[in-house]
Amino acid sequence: MRPTFVNIGERTNVTGSAKFKKLIVEGQYGEALSVARQQVEAGAQVIDINMDEGLLDSQAAMTTYLNLLAAEPDIARVPIMIDSSKWEVIEAGLKCVQGKTIVNSISLKEGEAKFIEQATLCLRYGAAVVVMAFDEVGQADTEARKVEICERAYNVLVDKVGFPAEDIIFDPNIFAVATGIEEHANYAVDFIEATRRIKQLLPYARVSGGVSNVSFSFRGNEPVRRAIHSVFLYHAINAGMDMGIVNAGDLPVYDDIDPELREAVEDVILNRARADGADPTERLVDMAPRYKGEKGAAKVVDLAWRNAPVGERLTHALVNGITEFIDADTEEARLQAERPLHVIEGPLMDGMNVVGDLFGAGKMFLPQVVKSARVMKQAVAWLMPFMEAEKEGGARQSAGKVLMATVKGDVHDIGKNIVGVVLQCNNYEVVDLGVMVPADRILDEARAHKVDMIGLSGLITPSLDEMVFVASEMERQGFDIPLLIGGATTSRTHTAVKIEPAYRRGPTTYVLDASRAVGVVSNLLSPTEKDRVMAETRDEYVRIREQFARGQEVKVRTSIADARAKKLDVDWAGYTPPKPSFTGLRTFEPSLDELVPFIDWSPFFASWELIGSYPQILEDDVVGEAATDLYRDARAMLDKITAEKWFTAKGVAGFWPANTVGDDVVVYADETRTTELGRLHTLRQQMAKSEGKANVALSDFVAPVGSGSDYIGGFAVTAGHGEDEMVAKFKAAGDDYSAIMASALADRLAEAFAEWLHYKTRVELWGYASEEPADVEQMIAEKYQGIRPAAGYPAQPDHTEKELLFKLLEAEARTGMQLTESFAMMPGAAVSGLYFSHPQAHYFGVGKIDRDQVEDYARRKGWEIAKAERWLSPILNYDPNARAAA
Amino acid sequence: MTRAERIEALKAAAKERILILDGSWGVMIQRRGLDEADFRGDRFTEHNGQMKGNNDILCITRPDIIADLHDQYYAAGADISETNTFSATTIAQEDYKLDAQAVRDINLQGARLAREAADRWTAKEPHKPRFAAGSIGPLNVMLSMSSDVNDPGARRVTFDQVYEAYRQQVAALHEGGVDLFLIETITDTLNCKAALKAIKDLEDEGYEPLPIWISGTITDRSGRTLSGQTVEAFWNSVKHVKPFAIGFNCALGADLMRPHIAELARIADTLVGAYPNAGLPNAMGQYDEEPHETSHMLHEWAKDGLVNLLGGCCGTTPDHIRHVADEVRGIAPRQPPERAKALRLAGLEPFELA
Repeated sequence: MRPTFVNIGERTNVTGSAKFKKLIVEGQYGEALSVARQQVEAGAQVIDINMDEGLLDSQAAMTTYLNLLAAEPDIARVPIMIDSSKWEVIEAGLKCVQGKTIVNSISLKEGEAKFIEQATLCLRYGAAVVVMAFDEVGQADTEARKVEICERAYNVLVDKVGFPAEDIIFDPNIFAVATGIEEHANYAVDFIEATRRIKQLLPYARVSGGVSNVSFSFRGNEPVRRAIHSVFLYHAINAGMDMGIVNAGDLPVYDDIDPELREAVEDVILNRARADGADPTERLVDMAPRYKGEKGAAKVVDLAWRNAPVGERLTHALVNGITEFIDADTEEARLQAERPLHVIEGPLMDGMNVVGDLFGAGKMFLPQVVKSARVMKQAVAWLMPFMEAEKEGGARQSAGKVLMATVKGDVHDIGKNIVGVVLQCNNYEVVDLGVMVPADRILDEARAHKVDMIGLSGLITPSLDEMVFVASEMERQGFDIPLLIGGATTSRTHTAVKIEPAYRRGPTTYVLDASRAVGVVSNLLSPTEKDRVMAETRDEYVRIREQFARGQEVKVRTSIADARAKKLDVDWAGYTPPKPSFTGLRTFEPSLDELVPFIDWSPFFASWELIGSYPQILEDDVVGEAATDLYRDARAMLDKITAEKWFTAKGVAGFWPANTVGDDVVVYADETRTTELGRLHTLRQQMAKSEGKANVALSDFVAPVGSGSDYIGGFAVTAGHGEDEMVAKFKAAGDDYSAIMASALADRLAEAFAEWLHYKTRVELWGYASEEPADVEQMIAEKYQGIRPAAGYPAQPDHTEKELLFKLLEAEARTGMQLTESFAMMPGAAVSGLYFSHPQAHYFGVGKIDRDQVEDYARRKGWEIAKAERWLSPILNYDPNARAAA
Repeated sequence: MTRAERIEALKAAAKERILILDGSWGVMIQRRGLDEADFRGDRFTEHNGQMKGNNDILCITRPDIIADLHDQYYAAGADISETNTFSATTIAQEDYKLDAQAVRDINLQGARLAREAADRWTAKEPHKPRFAAGSIGPLNVMLSMSSDVNDPGARRVTFDQVYEAYRQQVAALHEGGVDLFLIETITDTLNCKAALKAIKDLEDEGYEPLPIWISGTITDRSGRTLSGQTVEAFWNSVKHVKPFAIGFNCALGADLMRPHIAELARIADTLVGAYPNAGLPNAMGQYDEEPHETSHMLHEWAKDGLVNLLGGCCGTTPDHIRHVADEVRGIAPRQPPERAKALRLAGLEPFELA
């Protein structure tokens, strides 16, 4: 197991951050606080505060900053590290902090007496200490000196001062390497090895250090510096380093560093002689400019709106999603207002009302509204401390409280998050429980938060059943608040037929998309509209149920036997199935750059409720502008995703000898076709077809046993490793827009991966279409031979078929992908499916099926009929409950 | 007994049984219906400004009443009674315009009164020694909270001023003969840390080290102190003085205080003490919880091994304390847990590097 490492935020240090220094010197403490807040939000577990600057009264600056910081609960929740080389500044800091802090640092520099005096005071104030490896002779640079000084300091602290050993943290000095000076070459090794020995020698003591020192000679080249920090930490942490002062949230993962760069950095850090005799430092210096990022050309921005009165500026910022000036404008509005709350209720809500009106009128679109929400959140965050300081101010009156959750077994939440943001924009309080939320937790939290309404979301079909269960639990537990249903597989019909009857005490409403959410919620909470709307919905759902029941009666199905007789007519005798280049499995980890050209952008716009085909949508009269902005933001984020490797793409493909038996595809271990690895089950269309049209099943695309040596392929790919972390980071920063964007792009990359791998399959792995041109538009239009249908989609609606596929592919071990109990894939940005090569293979929908096929399917899968009916419930052509009752 | 012997006896008794602290002083003094003249006594007849309501001054002006209250609580079964010095700091007494000498005298006299009463009861019942705790209350000014809504950085006092005020108080209480210090009703951990530093610094000057009981206040159901710390963060912030006991008092009744005491019982490797209010005040600001109700709940705590010291805060009376003492008699005190050494820090929330 990798040891724990504590991130200490470094940006609140005037010696390390030019920006912070400027803010403090200019007395902009409010801005300076936001630097601390960013650190905490980015994951700093302790924040280091340093005011050692010649231009400053450091003691006063430390006091002022810490007193202000005490009023910010979201920052003050973490411990403080009081950092100064001057004892007076440290003591001034200790007098301002109620929690248990770390003093950084004391040392034997001025002799033992002074050291004991300062350590005793630290103990009196109740602080842990960082002890620098520094003595009367000087700062320790070699491993031996570092260990010697730390051991001496430890003994003085424990034996003479009575200092708790667990509160001692050593800083054995991180010095710059790659300076060109030979004596410096071993500095990193000295630190790492000293760390190892200190941890062995001195029980309970900890080791820390200021990490950015090590890369000092590469200042100006942040990508290389980050790589150096990452490599250095990798080795130091393994040697026992417990904490470090780092720019939290700005470190690349060791494994993600470009291998060539990583190796070069490693040579420098570990002071390794190279086989080719090149000097490691010179090599890294030569290589470094290649990794230096380019700064994008500055965009010309029209700032005329800045001259308007503050209320108009706030509205402009909200409508246009501009955060740049929002803190200053909010502050200006606050100073003009009697109470901070009035800023929210006044100019900010006015601005949001404009947003709401424009959205309602179809003049603003979802991505823009989500950006507006980001601006609103930042403004409210600015006002929060003032409202809290006001004490009796009371909480802002929200229009209502809505609990939202993606139900158990399902991991998809882009749509839910969008709805959440839109509701928040409209002054509703949203309690978001995230994904895979079981019914009891939804209801417990609903009670605990006293919510006005519950919204359920889901993407995969098994979620429909789970929603019915949640509804029935609401009924059983005596809820009567409104229930909202949304998500890609949900429908008004399903809601009316299955969910609403399970929950009679309260109203159940299907919400088509995010743009309808506000209308539905506000109607359901409106004292005047509520009853009317509820009655209308009930009536409507009764009608839908009746229609549905009538539809049930008239849908004529062919018996499964007749349907099989009308299977797809394939001339197997005159066909030689192509043989894949290999059988068995192969793992793929393409770089994200390789996948980007394969992205199909149209669904991306759809996920933001902008409907149209890419690229025409960018020129669309109505949504063109919004789509263009969205696309620009998406490309910008995509550049970061690929450059900074936010996500990792992992996939596996496999090919096996296979033949069909009935409607099943038998997958064989090898060419002898004697050992079965398993059977893939398919479902056959049972709708009445006109003469000459086939009732198709996927099994029709594979040669039956005895009619040739055919094959089947399978794949599972994900681009979602790392997505949750990024999304959580954005959400923590209040940036829902970027959070949703990151999710949507991860989904696109997963689909692109599937497209990339399918292309590779056609031209190379299976190789039956080696001449096919690499034209993405053709691919998206599916103008190629062979298909890659996925379980849970129309050609095979049964999600449980993923179980065998994952087993055949060793998907979990090879890609880290997993299946939930409802057979949703985790990470959520994932695609899996089968490969069929036959020229007549095509996508189709199974449609509704009858009981005879369900019984047959259950027998083939070794299931109880009831189980089959549950998993196939969305496509049953009959009501299984009616039969049970009969 | 010398003070060193009394401290040994206190520690020994705490190992054997749950120790009982006294109850509220405010209610008991209020019941006397004292007037301005009682408060002024002979010494402050010419004092500028009202003295009525300054309960601490009674240590000087009506020592008979204070001595009687100690007696009542010891008679009810209390092992420990607190000096009547809750607000006897130069900062808190500014409200009554008292000078440093008068404040010092309150503490000295208050400590002597408690000392004498304890010694009387110990002489009478040698099998059950009684102890005097020096009460160190919060201040009306806080070091961690702004004093000005428009300026979150503003403070009416500095750490050094708070430290100095506490230092004078603890020195006088010490000289007056208390057996332990009880820093109580802590609303701001930084104020408390100033008092703790004052106590430890006195030891450098040759004052005999005394046990310290630190008692914070969880102000509401949020489970945080007024200055915003969680229970564990609070403990991490004060454990450096290796206190004799840690706990909570005031603000909540026993029912609402229980989860916070249970949390301390889990994490604190020292004794845990609790003295809740007699429920929450009613609309008239009075406490309705009956002695048997309080004692029933505290009996549950004792039985569940949550506490080592029990008593009462606002609204409790000698009758409450008698009920509590009777209910918990014979129940084994809580065993402090052994905790693995780890770097434990705190902001408003705890941090642990195991």
